[in-house]
Amino acid sequence: MTQAAKAMTSVSVALAGSGGAGVMTAGNMLLEAAAQAGYYGLMTRSSGPQIRGGEAAAMLRIATTPCDSVDDRYQVLAAVDWGNVARFAAELPLERSSLVVGDPAQGEPPEVFLKSGARYAPVTLKAIARKIPGGWPNMVALGLLGGLIGLPSAALRAALEKSMKKGGDALAASLAAVQAGVEEAAKLGARYPLAPAPARSSRWLITGNQAAGYGAIRGGVRFVAAYPITPATELLEWMAPALERVGGTLVQAEDELASINMILGASYGGVPSLTATSGPGLSLMIEALGLGVAAEIPIVVVDVMRTGPSTGIATKTEQADLNLAMYGLHGDAPHLVLAPNSVADCLLTTQWATHLAETLQVPAIVLSDQFFGQARAVAERPATIAFAGARQRAEPNAADYKRYVLTPSGVSPMAIPGTAGITYTADGLEHGERGTPSSSAADHLAQMEKRARKLDSIDYGEHWAQIEGEGELAVITWGSCTGAVREAFARAKGDGVSGRLLSLRLMSPAQPEKLRRALEGVKRALVVEQSFGGQFMRYLRGEYDLPCELTSFRKPGPLPVRPDEIHRKILEWSRA
Amino acid sequence: MNAPAPAASFKPQQFKSDVKPVWCPGCGDYTVLSSITKALAALEVRPENVAVVSGIGCSSRIPAYTTCYGFHGVHGRALAAATGLKVARPDLTVIAAGGDGDGYSIGGNHFLHACRRNVDLTYIVMDNRVYGMTKGQPSPTTEPDWDSKLSPHGTGLREFHPLVIALASGANFIARATSSDPNGTAELIAQAVRHPGFSFIEVLSPCVTFRPEQRSWKDMVHPAPVAPTDDPARAARRLMTDDGFNIGVLFAGHRKPYQPVKSATPRSVAELAAEFVL
Ligand SMILES: Cc1ncc(C[n+]2csc(CCOP(=O)(O)OP(=O)(O)O)c2C)c(N)n1
Ligand code: SF4
Ligand SMILES: [Mg+2]
Repeated sequence: MTQAAKAMTSVSVALAGSGGAGVMTAGNMLLEAAAQAGYYGLMTRSSGPQIRGGEAAAMLRIATTPCDSVDDRYQVLAAVDWGNVARFAAELPLERSSLVVGDPAQGEPPEVFLKSGARYAPVTLKAIARKIPGGWPNMVALGLLGGLIGLPSAALRAALEKSMKKGGDALAASLAAVQAGVEEAAKLGARYPLAPAPARSSRWLITGNQAAGYGAIRGGVRFVAAYPITPATELLEWMAPALERVGGTLVQAEDELASINMILGASYGGVPSLTATSGPGLSLMIEALGLGVAAEIPIVVVDVMRTGPSTGIATKTEQADLNLAMYGLHGDAPHLVLAPNSVADCLLTTQWATHLAETLQVPAIVLSDQFFGQARAVAERPATIAFAGARQRAEPNAADYKRYVLTPSGVSPMAIPGTAGITYTADGLEHGERGTPSSSAADHLAQMEKRARKLDSIDYGEHWAQIEGEGELAVITWGSCTGAVREAFARAKGDGVSGRLLSLRLMSPAQPEKLRRALEGVKRALVVEQSFGGQFMRYLRGEYDLPCELTSFRKPGPLPVRPDEIHRKILEWSRA
Repeated sequence: MNAPAPAASFKPQQFKSDVKPVWCPGCGDYTVLSSITKALAALEVRPENVAVVSGIGCSSRIPAYTTCYGFHGVHGRALAAATGLKVARPDLTVIAAGGDGDGYSIGGNHFLHACRRNVDLTYIVMDNRVYGMTKGQPSPTTEPDWDSKLSPHGTGLREFHPLVIALASGANFIARATSSDPNGTAELIAQAVRHPGFSFIEVLSPCVTFRPEQRSWKDMVHPAPVAPTDDPARAARRLMTDDGFNIGVLFAGHRKPYQPVKSATPRSVAELAAEFVL
């Protein structure tokens, strides 16, 4: 069966195998090659529960336009061996026109992959690699995938050269193995050729975790304390050497209680500070976040959300820490909550969070997630935005200095240790203007109003949400669902249905007036989120007066939200 | 930040704020406060270059009673906040202070790791073997047979030995002091601040309200009969066998303080993006 080789604007391929098969290395090279050839791309990864050496899958989408979401199905699944690869079946949906490539010497593909009607093409990856001294099956598979989607050999070569800087025999062997794979692809009678690459633009290859770390540094963060946790660890591992290079410091703390209190101490000392964690760690940090609110100490906490509750599914995504981030603090504790809406947007959102936290002297929680954090994307070079830490500092020997003086904006100049004549004690106890503990009702109310007023004292501008499209229908969403919603709308356009996409970046403080205006003329809105309990829907109902009829689309992790499920929902609901 | 004033101008009184302590009359913490102010005057540091960091408890109220920069955080986390502050601002003199409940119970893990990490700061624990602020419950240093409303038959639990634990965890300076000797305690605090790395001083500071029998501590304390050692093995033997009332420096080590690597020639933030550019 030879397939019509119609040029495609998006192709999804996956490479799987057991530990040590090198599927991640090959996947990263394929993404790099696609980028070299001028395509956009997104790579996500999955691995088994083993700590080391378990099966793994590199899942790539390569396209002529930016990919902010995974696609519905994979066109090609290649496996170096089948080990326990069947466990990824739910993450690797195939279709009739898909191709499953495997090495017959490693056994037959698991039945679950062929149920879709996908065709199986045996290729002796290992035997082919063995013919090339120093050749590896994963490199043959890389060539095969590159060949199937029509990547130019020069791009594959450039990707290999970039990641094997030492060159020499190893590079030569890999290039030969890749070439053998490309030749093998030509024999398969199936092709999934990409349409020509779009015009070149300036692009970055970056993960969400790196983007968040870099955004923080751009925003002025120079101190980080943290405790390792999946899927936030890579953010910290990227920041450790990066901070060192710009004159900052990272401390590995003994636990999350320590991390958050360390950054409070450092920020009290005048140094913009951050910690990164995931749900279990955020739970431990909640008490001290309240201290940041009460003592008015700016900090940034990035929560790379994973599937909960409890330890949950540590390596998978979900959007279910919204309640904790919004409402977890005891007492009335106004603070900032922000959420990026794409892998690359982790940069802008974390930078903005740092800027806002510093300006308003308040903790900011950034809700990223495993999907963003661990996905690597080819994205348009993020704009350089001038958000930087802008903390208002008190002058030395200021007359009658009061740390918590009641100002119209609610923000009061902060004395930084080392500054003469204005010493004070930062306090989590309710206090008067000087910071002296007070249990008077008047002080409590005045300071409470001050802390609340701060958050309403500035105009959050256009960054509060991402708004696209027109129409009487709207989808309101946030975080990593945004890409799938955007794509669903693009498809719905083909069915004659159009609507507005609203993805909230600023979750707290809520912006009811801005949302009201953004929804003008909208009659019905679909609320899309990745939470079993509908946390975002409840948040919208609680924080906003929504002028339109609302419908909820929600599902829990661990599987990503795919465009097709939202596309179908939009159609069904627009016709209802 | 400012040029140091001439030495003669450093007076303990300068370090005492006009905030009236909430403490009960006779509480040991009053004298610890005056020992801190005396030590700071002797150290000739300016109040704005000192930060006093605490958690929650009667004793943890101490920062606001000084004219230094103060940080009155949450229960048990004084050492974490002090660590972050000192690492971010190595130019400051950082003193963490608090109670036995704050430091050994809820904050126990931070105590171990602060000793291990050996950041150059001083930790003063006002040990009254009780939770004073919450009105008289047993703490980790409370005797097993001390009964209270919450532990009617006593805890039956062996006491925590803070000095032994500090030594085993790597503290670089270990001393025991008593609130009944404010000048002696001031001298020990000054030594602790001068000593590089993590310095730990356990101060016997009676809670006259919930442990009135502790008033007799002043008759039980005595100077340590031997000079401080820098040998952890000897220090361990002494600490394991001492009567709990030896006052003085019990260990002074030579560990290098924690000093995170910082680039001497910081690069520009924009350069960091090079690795992402295609
Ligand atoms: C998270 C938390 N748990 C409990 C408390 C209540 N609490 C306040 S002080 C304290 C114990 C203080 O004992 P200690 O540290 O020995 O100080 P002291 O009052 O004896 O000086 C407790 C349990 C609290 N403030 N925060
Ligand atoms: S309760 Fe005890 S520790 Fe607290 S102030 Fe009174 S005497 Fe001091
Ligand atoms: Mg106590």
